[in-house]
Amino acid sequence: MPGAVLEMAGVSKGFPGVRALEGVDLRLYPGEIHALMGENGAGKSTLIKVLTGVHQPDAGEVRLGGTPVSVTGPQHAQALGISTVYQEVNLCPNLTVAENVFIGREPARAGMIRWREIRRRAGELLTRLHVDVDPGALLGSCSLAVQQLVAIVRAVDVSAKVLVLDEPTSSLDRDEVEQLFAVMRRLRDDGVAVLFVSHFLDQVYDVSDRMTVLRNGRLVGEFRTAELSRADLVGHMTGRALSTLEQLHVTGESARVQAEPVLRARGVGRKGAIEPFDLEIHPGEVVGLAGLLGSGRTEAARLMFGADAPDSGTVTLSGDPVALRSPRAAIGRGVAFCPENRKSEGLVEDLTVGENIVLALQAAAGWLRPLSQSRRQELVGRYIEALRISPADPDMPARNLSGGNQQKVLLARWLITRPKLLILDEPTRGIDVGAKAEIQKLVVSLAGDGVAVLFVSAELEEVLRISHKIEVLRDRRLIAEVANTAEITPEGVLEIIANGTTS
Amino acid sequence: MKTVTGHRLFWPAAVLVVMLLANVVVTPGFLSVQVRGGHLYGSLIDILLFGAPLILISIGMTGVIATGGIDLSVGAVVAISGALACYMISGQDDQGSVPGVLVAVGLALGLSAVLGLWNGLLVARAGIQPIIATLILMVAGRGVAQLITSGKNINVNSPPYKLIGGGYLLTVPFAVLVAAVVVALAGLAVRRTALGMLLEAIGGNAEASRLVGIRSRRLIVLAYTFCAVCAGIAGLMISSNISTADGNNAGLWMELDAILAVVIGGTALTGGRFTLAGTVLGALVIQTLSTTIYTTGVPPQTTLVFKAVVVTAVCLIQSPAFRAKVFRRRPGAPPPDPVASPGPADVEVRA
Ligand SMILES: Nc1ncnc2c1ncn2[C@@H]1O[C@H](COP(=O)(O)OP(=O)(O)OP(=O)(O)O)[C@@H](O)[C@H]1O
Ligand SMILES: [Mg+2]
Repeated sequence: MPGAVLEMAGVSKGFPGVRALEGVDLRLYPGEIHALMGENGAGKSTLIKVLTGVHQPDAGEVRLGGTPVSVTGPQHAQALGISTVYQEVNLCPNLTVAENVFIGREPARAGMIRWREIRRRAGELLTRLHVDVDPGALLGSCSLAVQQLVAIVRAVDVSAKVLVLDEPTSSLDRDEVEQLFAVMRRLRDDGVAVLFVSHFLDQVYDVSDRMTVLRNGRLVGEFRTAELSRADLVGHMTGRALSTLEQLHVTGESARVQAEPVLRARGVGRKGAIEPFDLEIHPGEVVGLAGLLGSGRTEAARLMFGADAPDSGTVTLSGDPVALRSPRAAIGRGVAFCPENRKSEGLVEDLTVGENIVLALQAAAGWLRPLSQSRRQELVGRYIEALRISPADPDMPARNLSGGNQQKVLLARWLITRPKLLILDEPTRGIDVGAKAEIQKLVVSLAGDGVAVLFVSAELEEVLRISHKIEVLRDRRLIAEVANTAEITPEGVLEIIANGTTS
Repeated sequence: MKTVTGHRLFWPAAVLVVMLLANVVVTPGFLSVQVRGGHLYGSLIDILLFGAPLILISIGMTGVIATGGIDLSVGAVVAISGALACYMISGQDDQGSVPGVLVAVGLALGLSAVLGLWNGLLVARAGIQPIIATLILMVAGRGVAQLITSGKNINVNSPPYKLIGGGYLLTVPFAVLVAAVVVALAGLAVRRTALGMLLEAIGGNAEASRLVGIRSRRLIVLAYTFCAVCAGIAGLMISSNISTADGNNAGLWMELDAILAVVIGGTALTGGRFTLAGTVLGALVIQTLSTTIYTTGVPPQTTLVFKAVVVTAVCLIQSPAFRAKVFRRRPGAPPPDPVASPGPADVEVRA
């Protein structure tokens, strides 16, 4: 085996009150795809940030091709051949694909940017990675997957030796994930070392050659993917056995619906977002929204909360006709909504974990009726514990939490309001296997307590696992409703999406 | 140690202390406070007295900035409020009548509230950018003040009115008491109710606040209204202190001083987290600076440059990025981590 391109040895990093990394080693070899695994808050993103110079390590060193380097920042890392794509695509949707690839380092002659050159070189790069997109197209008009690929193309342009991808797949569909993996494999075959983070075990087993597992900021070990069983991997990540995670299955029978639906939508739609559709959700029922990216899942869910105002149709909540013109109107009727985009639409990063958790409850009460200190502590403490939010410190600024724990904070925010209808848009995105199973279990038990749930997820397996009824969407239209019986499989649902009918 | 310097009020407090000490060096009796004729007397009292209007306006400005907004019209509101009060009083047969003064004060504050409401509605309802929405009143407001005073300065001779900005109560300047009461009330309103948290949520993430059901519009209107009322009170103080309403110069450029005070105090202009205590410190820093310029006899032509230099230095000292740059990479030493320093046992670079 050739020498490692990149080694991190004994890396430690602390934040006030948290030891995020302690003596972690990582080795990347040329021509491998290496998965960085661990639960939420295990320190994956922090390790990547040390690698790219966003954080300076408290101890330990980074060696590139055998020589120790001190990476001072992302720019420096890039110059050293370490390119990174962060989870949130941070490109400019109002520029073209080609411009995005070269933004900040445009080829210029005599101070003049050479636009023709930009387009030509971008075209070359895209072809090299077999990404099929017109370099002159506006980035905003491309699908999320293509945007993600453009971000990668941008990252690998500068003769990258190491490519780092932090949760690149969490907002992609199956096909798009395949497309992304094809690019990753091509880069690997070119000798690039690819480091990537994902909470989807299937994907990790599909694409990675080796993996490094972290737990609570410590290194558990380095493994060959082929030699490590899933159960062992989960065991390494969580320190517990997998057993409890698998037994969860709901069928159409278990919650037979009586009487009045919590939500009844008739002909509700919004121009350009989703065509008019009908929907009913009964108490204790979990309804899944399935469909590909851009099929209108999120758009439909947002209408049920008044996040966007519908321009046709009627909605009744618990039998009363209501005009869902604002979220406040919906919240007043016992509806809760966790948006898919937690950074821009959910979390207030400035506020503490505790403040974020009580925000919805407090907003409903109004500013003149503050929750008493003791009640607040009690509620926040209870939900931090129930959802195992870590670190379990209500006074920690929410921005310091790892991605998965931020998601749990948002869930806690709405659970605390004891909603009658809970709308969850991608609630398990970016959440580790253990926590994902816990959240699914939580949804099922909420339904058991009579809460109606509208569950949106890109992961069909997950939708099938916990829904009683599945609404299938395609091209911004609701095309089918199926009861989730034992015969329904992810493939079956994909078929409905493809053919537009039940087979 | 880290916890002391890490406290959000550390830097504004340190700057204030340094400024006061610098004054003591130049003027040895600077810190002495005496009682003369039943009044507290001394440079410190002057700073509080002349700083009271700025403190008030800065407190109001803090609320607005917390929502992610800004209010450029406070200086104009100062002028309008003073102009209206003096106009009313000057029209009375007996300028010393207490009820007459109360009516004038009430009307001036009422008008200030209406102006704040106007700002708030432009921002929250009409969706105009705060800087533009309040620019309208900043420019037009001076005209309104001129209109009220018919373009001349209005002089009043009213002992009860004089109390507001120039009088004393229990040896303490009345204006300082008023400012203290407003600060205390604002502090209570903000931290004893959920107001502070909700304002911070709006400024921190407007879309998330909407989706969580916060009545953002109302709270934004409330913040602008409160800010204008604070400016109105400041306008009363300033005109009362000199017994004159000057539509042209009263409160001129005060919006900028107030914004500076808020920023020096540690509240970010981008909105979100705010601190009223920091703002009070910030306002005192600015006022101390102005007083220093007078007492040390900096030549008048260079006053503005001097002030700019000091303010720039203060802002740089407060910037974590700047501090990290300056204190980093001393030869021989490993770069210290700007965010946190672990226990000594943990720092050990393996070579
Ligand atoms: N800037 C910071 N300040 C304080 N604590 C931080 C900061 N950044 C991260 N942490 C803490 O460090 C730990 C590791 O976080 P990190 O983001 O690396 O987790 P992760 O493995 O990427 O998790 P996830 O899968 O949820 O993204 C967490 O406990 C987190 O709260
Ligand atoms: Mg992460």
